[in-house]
Amino acid sequence: MRGLLKLTWLETKIFMREPMGAIGTILIPVIAFLGLGRLAGRTLSPESASGSALARIGLPVFAAILIALSAVISLVTIIAIYREGGILKRLRATPLRPTTILAAHVVVKLMLTAATLALMVAAGRRYYPAGVNVSVVSVTFALLLATWSILAIGFIIASVVPTARFAQPIGAALFYPMVALSGLFVPIAAMPPGVQLLARLMPLTYAVSLLKGVWQGEAWSAHLGDVAALIVVFGVSVAISSKVFRWE
Amino acid sequence: MSAPPRAVIHVSGCRKTYGSIVAVDDVSFDVHDGEIFGLIGPNGAGKTTTMECVEGVRVPDRGTISVLGLDPVRDVYRLQERVGVQLQQAQLQKRIKVWEAIDLWATLYRRPRQDGERLLEQLGLADKRQAWFMTLSGGQKQRLFIALALINDPDVVFLDELTTGLDPQARRAIWELVRGIRDRGKTVFLTTHLMEEAERLCDRVAIIEHGRIIDIDTPDRLVAKHCPQRTVIVTTEDDAAEPRFRELTPVVSVMRAGHRYTIDGRGEELVAAVIDCVSEHRIRVTDFRTVMPNLEDVFLRLTGHSIRD
Repeated sequence: MRGLLKLTWLETKIFMREPMGAIGTILIPVIAFLGLGRLAGRTLSPESASGSALARIGLPVFAAILIALSAVISLVTIIAIYREGGILKRLRATPLRPTTILAAHVVVKLMLTAATLALMVAAGRRYYPAGVNVSVVSVTFALLLATWSILAIGFIIASVVPTARFAQPIGAALFYPMVALSGLFVPIAAMPPGVQLLARLMPLTYAVSLLKGVWQGEAWSAHLGDVAALIVVFGVSVAISSKVFRWE
Repeated sequence: MSAPPRAVIHVSGCRKTYGSIVAVDDVSFDVHDGEIFGLIGPNGAGKTTTMECVEGVRVPDRGTISVLGLDPVRDVYRLQERVGVQLQQAQLQKRIKVWEAIDLWATLYRRPRQDGERLLEQLGLADKRQAWFMTLSGGQKQRLFIALALINDPDVVFLDELTTGLDPQARRAIWELVRGIRDRGKTVFLTTHLMEEAERLCDRVAIIEHGRIIDIDTPDRLVAKHCPQRTVIVTTEDDAAEPRFRELTPVVSVMRAGHRYTIDGRGEELVAAVIDCVSEHRIRVTDFRTVMPNLEDVFLRLTGHSIRD
């Protein structure tokens, strides 16, 4: 893991130099989230139970998932650009390990995601009150765990996509169906049996279940299954991507 | 001759295919300690594939390779500690600054490192420290890659097409630098399709075509072996000169164009014979030139076509 710290810091700086770097990943989601919150707050009266449930629980979790996904797609794209441009190949001709390169990018993405989400939670308090007993630490931890696992799925794509042009559509094609089936919009129990099975195979389903639970103030002990599933997803994904990783 | 040269790179029976295309086949050669060794051939001959197998960046299908006693596949990380690599057509992050790249590379190696600032100065990049990679010119990028290849003070330096796309002045500066690397006791393994570069820079060259090595030797010996013919061009108004030239032993043919005689012959003796003849018969010469064959001619001879084709 030699060079991890330096590479992480360097990649953070490089990312911030991108024209859309900081603004695109941090500021725009927060502003959109606040805008949505205002809109939801105005149109849905607090008394309307279903409406407020969507606004209070669905939206924040949805936003968190979207941000995690955009981080994953961004990771996949960056690795694809590095592969396409021969940057990975150049790094290969050093004592640097591929895991160190991926780890550096994951840390960068996690930090950016954490910063965005923290800003969102802080700025959105007015519109999206969390459950009474919810601790910020708990929510943050759940978010990081979910992001970490989703990122691990991203590794697999990042390990193999040949060019950046493929990275975005492949990422989107894989992840957006997962969002649709995650139980965020339609409860899993209300789905047809075949689709239910599919939904239970999707890693994102467990992330959503955990996030919703924690956001509503449920205990972690009620979600041990979700946590276990996310950890398994992470382990399996890392194992697969270290096997299939391509330098060029 | 002193002790036999020690091979720091040993390649034997290396073969690499991409699908049904055989890129490199049965390639064998040694690179000696402290020399500049060039792999020369046209584009697509298998130079880069061979070099990347030796660097440990690519895995050969067959054959054995050892570099500094290490296996480039099995000991790839230990090998990378001790070698410096400049790849053909490599890129860095668009917005990485020159000094950041140097700084990153310096942390990747365990062994005592070169002073990055001094390297930048030597390579004429000192005033580009703060520049983003994407803003550098082709020559500046190339020089940065050379700096990165030297940052760990490597025992063996790999340079793949190092002056391609550079102007003649930059090219000369880089040749000077490469000689400097060798003079510090390092071994340099380079590829080039520029015969002039190979001739001026390399102690020994291997000619590769269609994935196979045709011959290996010093540039001079390759020329002497494969292209022994020499040409002397003499200008004189003395009409008695032509028959005199024709009767010289090493002369094969004499072509006349006005007052200019193009004398073709074999071996080193041709030039001496013509000079002796000129002085003996007091032929008044207004111009005298010898034309030596070069690696370009050797290549043409060995492959039947020019390296530029």
